[in-house]
Amino acid sequence: MTIQFNDETFRDDYSFHNSDWAIKRFPFPFHEDSYMYAVNMEQHRGGPEGSVYEKRFDVDEHYVAEMRDRAMVLADDPLRCQSLPHMTLAGWDLLELIMVSKSEDYPDLFELHRDGDQWRWVNKPMGIDDSFTFMDETTLPYGPMEYITRQTQGDFCVLDQREDNLWMDAGIVTTQADWSLDFDIGMNFFEWHAPVPLAHEKGIFVRALKFLLNIQQGAPARRLNWTMTVNPLLDTSPENYHKWGIQKTTLTPENIGSKQHLRVELQTFFRLPRSNALVFPIRCYLCSFQDLMTMPKWGRRLHRVVRDLPVELATYKGFIDNRPMMLDYLSQFDDGLPTSPGVWPDFDTEPPLQK
Amino acid sequence: MSKFEFPPAIKSRPVYGTLEARTGKHHLMIADAEGAEAILEIATPELMAKSHIIYIPKGADYGDKLRALQPAQYYEGPSYAASVQRIRHVLANAHMGLQIYLTGTEGLMGQAQNEAMQAGFPHTAIQTEHRGSVARRMQCVHCKGITEEVETDPFVCSHCGLNLFVRDHYSRRLAAYQGVCIDAEDPGNVPEPKGIYE
Amino acid sequence: MSAAPQKAKAGAEKIEVIVKAVVPLNDLVTRFEFERRGGALFPPFSGGAHTVVEMQDGERTRLNPYSLMSDPSDRTTYAISVRRDDEGRGGSLFLHNHVKVGDVMTITFPVNLFSLDLRAKKHLFFAGGIGITPFMAMIEQLEHMNGNWELHYACRSESLGTYVDVLSYKYPNKVHVYYDDQKQAIALEDLLDGQPLGTNAYVCGPKGMIDWVHATASAAGWPDANVHSEEFLAPAPGEPFEVRLCQSDKTITVGEHESLLEAIERAGVEAPFLCRGGSCGQCETDVVSYDGDFVHRDHWLDDEEHASGKKIMPCVSRFVGKQLELDR
Repeated sequence: MTIQFNDETFRDDYSFHNSDWAIKRFPFPFHEDSYMYAVNMEQHRGGPEGSVYEKRFDVDEHYVAEMRDRAMVLADDPLRCQSLPHMTLAGWDLLELIMVSKSEDYPDLFELHRDGDQWRWVNKPMGIDDSFTFMDETTLPYGPMEYITRQTQGDFCVLDQREDNLWMDAGIVTTQADWSLDFDIGMNFFEWHAPVPLAHEKGIFVRALKFLLNIQQGAPARRLNWTMTVNPLLDTSPENYHKWGIQKTTLTPENIGSKQHLRVELQTFFRLPRSNALVFPIRCYLCSFQDLMTMPKWGRRLHRVVRDLPVELATYKGFIDNRPMMLDYLSQFDDGLPTSPGVWPDFDTEPPLQK
Repeated sequence: MSKFEFPPAIKSRPVYGTLEARTGKHHLMIADAEGAEAILEIATPELMAKSHIIYIPKGADYGDKLRALQPAQYYEGPSYAASVQRIRHVLANAHMGLQIYLTGTEGLMGQAQNEAMQAGFPHTAIQTEHRGSVARRMQCVHCKGITEEVETDPFVCSHCGLNLFVRDHYSRRLAAYQGVCIDAEDPGNVPEPKGIYE
Repeated sequence: MSAAPQKAKAGAEKIEVIVKAVVPLNDLVTRFEFERRGGALFPPFSGGAHTVVEMQDGERTRLNPYSLMSDPSDRTTYAISVRRDDEGRGGSLFLHNHVKVGDVMTITFPVNLFSLDLRAKKHLFFAGGIGITPFMAMIEQLEHMNGNWELHYACRSESLGTYVDVLSYKYPNKVHVYYDDQKQAIALEDLLDGQPLGTNAYVCGPKGMIDWVHATASAAGWPDANVHSEEFLAPAPGEPFEVRLCQSDKTITVGEHESLLEAIERAGVEAPFLCRGGSCGQCETDVVSYDGDFVHRDHWLDDEEHASGKKIMPCVSRFVGKQLELDR
């Protein structure tokens, strides 16, 4: 299908909205009625047609608006995009991976023409048509990582692999769940995950690192993570927390359905061939509670997950204060019926709400 | 006396050890205040004959004792900022095999470690030992300004004036802990400051 | 999305190739050049990467890792250089004696367990014999990036100095060659002394050479993190032994000249692997019970794990004793 790009904002008047198509394909992250950390990795080799898992880098109706928002964040704070000097080669790897993937997966939107080192990149939705020399930084307006990630939804962490660890040595981070690239750049896998509660004790990160170190060329992987955000604010950065934190207190029983969003990260992992680095794209999807509730299965399940989540996790994910109000709202959509296993909405088979 | 047992913390928080003399042709020792004690404890004539000591007293009175060790090179600086050009010069001209010892306050060790890393020295091979003040070097995540010698939680950012709480999350590259606005969700509700380890 | 963690897959992704050239270099070493079947380009790779070459030797499938030694930026060709080992298990002999131009073979996507530290201010390479191969690719990669490198290469003799001619011709000021039969030796202590801060050393060659470089660097005060090595172990032969695989409910016998991993695969049990040389950790297997002694030969498990009797790396390690049961 040809995508109709939304004209919408992720700040100020928050005109962000999901179409019915976007709601149906929302990556609901809970495969059962409860949640706990797991190294929930699977291969990233396509998925059901139309799903967010189908393409290597999913492009959806929010693409143009998200890129506009990213440009604004970078204009305000250029430190959101950084690459330590040894990571330039990995930046070229990433540029190549994205250009090749997008031009193959969305030939109607993106074109890549290569003649040896002379490349021409056409990005129709953003009106870009650039020719440059591959591996020559002087021929692009930005470094290779910044150039291509200003045109690709999601945050990107580029991880150097050394000493049996992964090091966050480059990235572009403007749609993050409250962490700072400027602060975390240069840290290893355990260090940048240090603030996460419970998971270290469960050995999650030791196992996850072992898995990631062994991701090989041609065999990418993916997993989901999630949190909660009040208003469809992409840039929930620690840098601006003193400005947006107050928005968390604006929830009321009347507006919670439209203001409270489930925020899901589709995290993927690709080995980069020339640098042997690993790229870790973190793609953020937002969906309001009221839109989620249009899927009876998701309504039942989200209530149970939020209700039973350990206090530490609700605190870390920043919604402990709002949890009672969320539960008041969500309980209306939980009639106690069992839910089918798996993340899919099963709209045609799951019974409608019985109350 | 000058030693402090830090409580267990998250994995980004630095862990300091106890200095020990290692093999190597050249030894660079950087210390402030009570850090001098850690050097005095490992000093031997053989080690000192190959050592360059850079010491920032910060009002402590160890200069004479360190000088009496007769290190190959000795420099006493009035502040870290005054010493950093010398540290960079030494590192830029150093060779593989150099041993690096850092001791004293977290701020001193963190900043000197960062210089060594920039010069290509792996942080895992740098020896550290904490002595003296437990004050922290804090970065305000909002304005990026560094506030030195922070002893209380919360504290006021010396650059932008926000009330910040003290996290254990630590950046080697910035040589600082992270400070985050404490009253963002409830402006003006700032708890009474108390000692970081109280 | 299923949320269940997935089992590690057996080996890296595969590529079908055609042998494009077989180039004897001297009495012992031959270069095999591959092109991709169907004419597509190969994926790019990083210097130091290897590929596992699948060889159909009669009834037997041999899987041997070899460093990719072609220019990583040349996507039309992958090349390996193989030293004939007349005493070995037969993989190199198979390549030398049976593989010819036009043959179709299967190799894996590149896997790098010996990559450059791109932060290094200088890269100091130490090669012994056929250990030159990963450095061939690393040097080409660094040349494209204006990298600062230096090679010290020890060979048995001039006639067995694989690629000495090419390297000395292209990089006369960066390549230093030492011939054993002329009593030339790398002056390692002197070389390590005086390298600028931020130098990384890399060694590939016989075990003795690797140990020597690590030990000398350590004694000279080099941080361990700045010294890198790669040694692919070939599985050593040994007395046959019997193993019970409890997950698959099978009992197998490991032959004298096959590895435990090969015996597991021969029984039709899928087991994860990447390097098949004791380095990558993929094939790590839990021991359920045993009565006897392990012959651990890998670089993956530490001494404590070796002594624990709880884990084995079946690609290179063996067992001598009455009974062994594995969780596979």
